[in-house]
Amino acid sequence: MFHQIIKPALLLFLVLTLVTGVIYPLVVTGLAQAVFPAQANGSLIDRDGQVIGSALIGQPFDDPKYFWSRPSATKPFPYNAASSSGSNLGPTNPELTETIRKRITALRAADPGNTSPIPVDLVTASASGLDPHISPAAAEYQAARVARLRGLTEKTVRKLIARHTEGRTFELLGEPRVNVLELNLELDGR
Amino acid sequence: MNALSAVQILLYLAVLLAVAKPLGWYMARVYERKPCGLDKLIGPAERLIYRICGIDPHREMSWKMYALSMLALNAAGILAVYGLLWAQRALPLNPQDFQGVSPDLAFNTAVSFATNTNWQSYGGETTLSYLSQMLGLTVQNFLSAASGMAVLAALIRGFTRWCFTTVGNFWFDLTRSVLYVLLPLSLLGAVFLVSQGVVQTWRPYPTVRLLQPVQDAEGNAVARQTIAVGPAASQVSIKQLGTNGGGFFNVNSAHPLENPTPLSGFFELLYILLIPAALCYTFGVMVGDLRQGRAVLAAMLVLLIPFLVLCYAAEQAGNPTLTDLGVDQRATDLQPGGNSEGKEMRFGIAQSALWATTTTAASNGSVNSMHDSYTPLGGLAPLALMQLGEVAFGGVGSGLYGMLVFAVIAVFIAGLMVGRTPEYLGKKIEAFEMKMAALVILLPPLVVLAGAAAAVGTGVDPASIFNPGPHGFSEVLYAFSSTGNNNGSALAGLNANTPFYNLALAAAMLIGRYGLMIPTLAIAGSLARKKITPAGAGTLSTHTPLFVILLAGVVILVGALTFVPALALGPIVEHLLMAGG
Repeated sequence: MFHQIIKPALLLFLVLTLVTGVIYPLVVTGLAQAVFPAQANGSLIDRDGQVIGSALIGQPFDDPKYFWSRPSATKPFPYNAASSSGSNLGPTNPELTETIRKRITALRAADPGNTSPIPVDLVTASASGLDPHISPAAAEYQAARVARLRGLTEKTVRKLIARHTEGRTFELLGEPRVNVLELNLELDGR
Repeated sequence: MNALSAVQILLYLAVLLAVAKPLGWYMARVYERKPCGLDKLIGPAERLIYRICGIDPHREMSWKMYALSMLALNAAGILAVYGLLWAQRALPLNPQDFQGVSPDLAFNTAVSFATNTNWQSYGGETTLSYLSQMLGLTVQNFLSAASGMAVLAALIRGFTRWCFTTVGNFWFDLTRSVLYVLLPLSLLGAVFLVSQGVVQTWRPYPTVRLLQPVQDAEGNAVARQTIAVGPAASQVSIKQLGTNGGGFFNVNSAHPLENPTPLSGFFELLYILLIPAALCYTFGVMVGDLRQGRAVLAAMLVLLIPFLVLCYAAEQAGNPTLTDLGVDQRATDLQPGGNSEGKEMRFGIAQSALWATTTTAASNGSVNSMHDSYTPLGGLAPLALMQLGEVAFGGVGSGLYGMLVFAVIAVFIAGLMVGRTPEYLGKKIEAFEMKMAALVILLPPLVVLAGAAAAVGTGVDPASIFNPGPHGFSEVLYAFSSTGNNNGSALAGLNANTPFYNLALAAAMLIGRYGLMIPTLAIAGSLARKKITPAGAGTLSTHTPLFVILLAGVVILVGALTFVPALALGPIVEHLLMAGG
């Protein structure tokens, strides 16, 4: 029993732990840091030597002169990238309806003249709470407001939106999307 | 279904089938000790490992020895992970200075990763040190996957051998699964994922200044954002490949640093089904009849596709409550629309629905969207796919051995109809095999229903249930369906980090894993002893479309008879409530 089962089980476990739990992650880390250092460390955005965000992690915005990101359910504040979380609210939960009603009110209050229907991604919390993107429809919905509050023409703002819109990969995979942080950074001239 | 979504899904299935075939052939060579192309590179390391461990890879094992070896190795894994998590405060590579994990959570997590379930009652980036993730969980990602593949190899040998008392050598099957299959593909996948933006670093979490400071729930100003990072890519790659599914971060592959682009999403999706699909070809090659493998693969697809379409259609249709509020949920060129709560914009509806159904068809359990926020019918699809016993693809190894047990049941039912002794691949199916097969198909439903009934009936931990009404019941049913079938996904609103849930779900995972592996190995041992009878005029062909339908039908029948009442109380009632306003 000991020689045929327990001893080889323990030894093989230790050796394979060394192979898959030490050597393998070390090799991947080495390759990643050598070949793709920017991605491996979080795709951080550097401006004048200061790290001001990650291209892959969204940030919260509630000032009407910025494009707003999608709602975030992370706690204790939105877009807490140290603790990702969705809302987990079910489709028939009254709290979901109430939360979305409040978000609609806030969007309408920030842009009283705008009566177009609100794109769904702008009032629903993302899965991660860190979604860096909104749909092009959600950007379009906010374009006039941002242009007005910043004294820009809508055409200029739309051009900026287009510059930060990513299409589907190979015209097929995923969805077109707008990176909110990068768009707002450019609006601020950074 | 809009055209782009349909093409995206079809492309996925086409790529999957195209790469599964060569990989399946390759794996057959690996288990049959034939040259496979990587022998020169990996062979020396393999032989060194056997020498260090005092293993003779040619020494054959009876099914009982095989099972004991498998259990001993898995037990070592459970103890090691438990110890690592419990002691993580005192160990290195803990830059965020996380506390030791509570005993019940450490036990649940250790069992979860050893059983290839990867149910997580914790959030990775707020609980576990880099050392715990790598030395504890990544290792189990490999070993639990390899254990399932080894048991499958033993079962296939049961069909191909005759007058044998042995089913192979567990150490050999396990070591080769790790070295020749899982490790090279994981390495490849990890580097690709980093290129897309998945993090792989040992540095502490960076902190950045927010462009626009905001207020938290209590009205305190928040001006900074701390971004969780870590050695994620190496773990994400194997978690997808080995149908493990345990996320590095709390929200799993919905996290932008765990799955940053539609391309990484496509790739991770491919890794979910890659080995389960390829093993069907491995089976065909090893039994010397490719048609047998193709028939099983076809039955798996027949089971997956209707649920995939249901899930997509329900999620794209969206939530009628939101339409009443004046929200635009239509799919247009400018937005994916649909039920966007708990989904990421880069994936939209198509990749989310594809993921939700493939991850539950396979016993992977990773997610790229939050299943708790799915519409009732959209959420029914993943729930039902798990309840079918994780055989429509299922876990690496475990899915196919489960499906082969269902094939045994199917030929038995067909045999009853015409009054002949049932046979599968030339082996007579007799009382012993049927008893073991019955255990394999009945244990998981028993665990799921008894567990959910115990949790709801005793009203233990009522605060754990997050959503009110039938959806709350679905959360509990989903938890036991997921753990009893070793899937690992969750309706994550349920707070399962309580002593009751941690222990009850750990028990479900243990029974759902080893309660099936042991009878499967017993079948292998019994079959290996039997002679192979040549097929006659009255033999049921097990490679025809008729058999594909029969096999899929038996899986559906057993699942439906067992779970329709429970589903009626959860998602179906909720759907009627939602549709009725």
